[in-house]
Amino acid sequence: MGNFPFVVAMLLVILGLYTLLFKRNLIKLVIGASLIETGVNLFLVALGYRTAGIAPIYTYAPPALADRMVLPTPQALTLTSIVIGLATTALLLSFAVVIHRHYGTLDVREVKELKG
Amino acid sequence: MNALSVHAPVLLVATPLLAAFVVPLVAKLGSTVRNAVVGVFTLLTASLAGLVAANVLAGSGAPSVYVFGANPLNLTLPSGMHVPIRILFEVDGMSAFMILITALVAVAATLYSFSYFKEHSGGEMYYPLLFLLLAAIFGMEETGDLFNFFVFLEIAGIAACGLIGFRPWRGRSQEAAFKTMALYTLSGLFVLIALGLLYGQHGGLNIAYLSSRVGAGMLDLVALGLLVVALGTKAGVAPMHMWALDAYGEAPAPISAVLVASSQASLYGLFRVLFTLFGAAVSVAALGWFLIALSVLTLFVGVTMALLQKDIKRLIAYGAVSQIGYMLLGVGVGFTTSGSRPAYGFVAMQGGIFHMVNDAACIGLLFLAAGAVHRASGTRDLNRMGGLGHDMKWTAALFAIGALALAGVPPFNGFSSKLLIYESSFAASPILAAIAILSSILLLAVFMKVFQAAFLGPRLLENVREASRGMLVSMLMLAVVVVVFGLFPGFFVDKLVTPAAKALWLGRDAYVRAVLGG
Amino acid sequence: MRGEMSVIVRTIARITYALILVFGFYVILHGHLTPGGGFQGGAVVASGFALLPVAFGAAAAKRYLNPSLMRHLEEVGSLAFLALGFLGIGISFFYNVLANSGSLFGAAVPFGPNSGILNSAGTLPFMNWAVGLKVMTGLMTIVLVLLIGAGKEGKD
Repeated sequence: MGNFPFVVAMLLVILGLYTLLFKRNLIKLVIGASLIETGVNLFLVALGYRTAGIAPIYTYAPPALADRMVLPTPQALTLTSIVIGLATTALLLSFAVVIHRHYGTLDVREVKELKG
Repeated sequence: MNALSVHAPVLLVATPLLAAFVVPLVAKLGSTVRNAVVGVFTLLTASLAGLVAANVLAGSGAPSVYVFGANPLNLTLPSGMHVPIRILFEVDGMSAFMILITALVAVAATLYSFSYFKEHSGGEMYYPLLFLLLAAIFGMEETGDLFNFFVFLEIAGIAACGLIGFRPWRGRSQEAAFKTMALYTLSGLFVLIALGLLYGQHGGLNIAYLSSRVGAGMLDLVALGLLVVALGTKAGVAPMHMWALDAYGEAPAPISAVLVASSQASLYGLFRVLFTLFGAAVSVAALGWFLIALSVLTLFVGVTMALLQKDIKRLIAYGAVSQIGYMLLGVGVGFTTSGSRPAYGFVAMQGGIFHMVNDAACIGLLFLAAGAVHRASGTRDLNRMGGLGHDMKWTAALFAIGALALAGVPPFNGFSSKLLIYESSFAASPILAAIAILSSILLLAVFMKVFQAAFLGPRLLENVREASRGMLVSMLMLAVVVVVFGLFPGFFVDKLVTPAAKALWLGRDAYVRAVLGG
Repeated sequence: MRGEMSVIVRTIARITYALILVFGFYVILHGHLTPGGGFQGGAVVASGFALLPVAFGAAAAKRYLNPSLMRHLEEVGSLAFLALGFLGIGISFFYNVLANSGSLFGAAVPFGPNSGILNSAGTLPFMNWAVGLKVMTGLMTIVLVLLIGAGKEGKD
């Protein structure tokens, strides 16, 4: 495996940043934000992976096994980040729905009453 | 009573959270009951904030630790572990100071909301979101765990954007909310990448633990950079300040005031990262100059763009951005002179930190007054209002107090903190002091123009009525803070600001010891 | 009916609907023993409910699922979670008072690898239920509200 997951994670983040910066459609911006989030989640999961590690669901583990246990913090972080990502995506999409209703378009070039 | 004060730090977050879930249930019983419940919970939260701050300041700002689910509750390292694994709150002088600011703004904003939202209702979810935002801000200010900080940061962001876009019939507010949320999401993810980098290297996310481990390695510096960019963005520092204008400008007036407190909580996070987390690891002088450069840019952008605005709330939003520049300037000067001239550095820190409370009070006052003006005249365009002072004498007077304080005119609080910044930044470089003073003068000019355009001159609008009593009382509350802090700055600097500045400036060792022992 | 999908989708939805719900509730119930928990189980349950509008159209879904009831259940879930936190306030917030107490979910867990004792872990299973309730109803509210928004969009 090596660094492969980290490379993929960074690619996802860069793709997401590209989408967020250069796309004009509000829905595509939301997709971009989700892509970055996926990349970060992959990064965290890859960080928590240990070769030949075991899940820490023993109660009082014998020392031989305790060495191979993986502290599940990165997984917990990922899970929390997924939950937060869900909330932000839903909120962004609902703003996009209302913007479309109001302006009749999803193009950011036409949604710009706020300037200067 | 003792148990209450022991558990006060967690109750301070749990109470608004409880309110956020209770209020929608009692909202069925009518708006009077709902407002009563909201009022009780706000007062409860504010008194808990006072209790937490009083406890910490009684110990002259030494950090106290509250570990979730532990027995006893200050057990940070259970059964021989050398990494703190439980989530914990760590409250020191700086946290206490920030908590007081948030509580002040919260009380004023809630009281104001009661009358502001009387007519256009649909406010079933307004108070729950407001309480959620407050709980998250208090959490950010209290937590001793970076990941916990990230979670509260995101909750604050989501609740804040829900409130910015609270009036869906206004397309512009939706636009502002979308932009703000996109930027908040991006900066939140930057924070998360930084957390991943720190965790991968050091195996923990507790601030005190990390502070004892981080070095000046490549990945640590990348993490520091990401944190600075993300938290700076959320605080509204200059190159990334655009969201702040839209958000402050388009949010309902009381929310603009709370958003100022929320941005300051991000700024607090930035200071915590720079001073406590990386305090021993990186060269402070270089970072200090970086902060000073950002602050000068922020001041410049905020003040010059404010000159061009026609929309009263957007103009105040530029004023709010410029004030972030003063805070950064004070702390940045503190950073650079910490090695060479610590006496001046400490004064600069005091000035920067004292300016946070002054900014929250006077910008909050201005936003509330602008909301009252908007409410009475039905417009926010300065060209279309005029002569409002004939009908809104109180609002005019309160707006004037806020504007003079913002511009740093002597009897008000803005002057007392800016004076500390001027004299100490003069020691770092006279040019900085000149820039700071010039910005203040320009701000004074801008707000003279606004005051003249909105309140003086012949009556342009008919049927304008004075703001309702609740709105006036909440503005008066902030105005009293503005005046009292301006008249007796020495007392408040001694009692509130010095413990806060010391906790940041010299408190890193105590902060680490409180968790790791030894 | 408008928005309804083909007979294949509807039949499959009828069959899998119950299975998805059962799996979701299993994940919530075993949250303290196996990977999963309140959020994951709640999300699975909500996805089962979300099959309804997908297969049978928004109008049918709105007949069976009431957004305001969902919102109130969500608040009940959050309140329950917070109450469980307050349960430990005698010692510290979120302190697990029920673990090893011998009462419901209070069995002491024996030394060594255990094959999963459902009756253990104190307040954690209750927290999983609270979170599960909150997440399933919260996600359903989001889906329904977006559907209502999209429905209005279609009429314009």
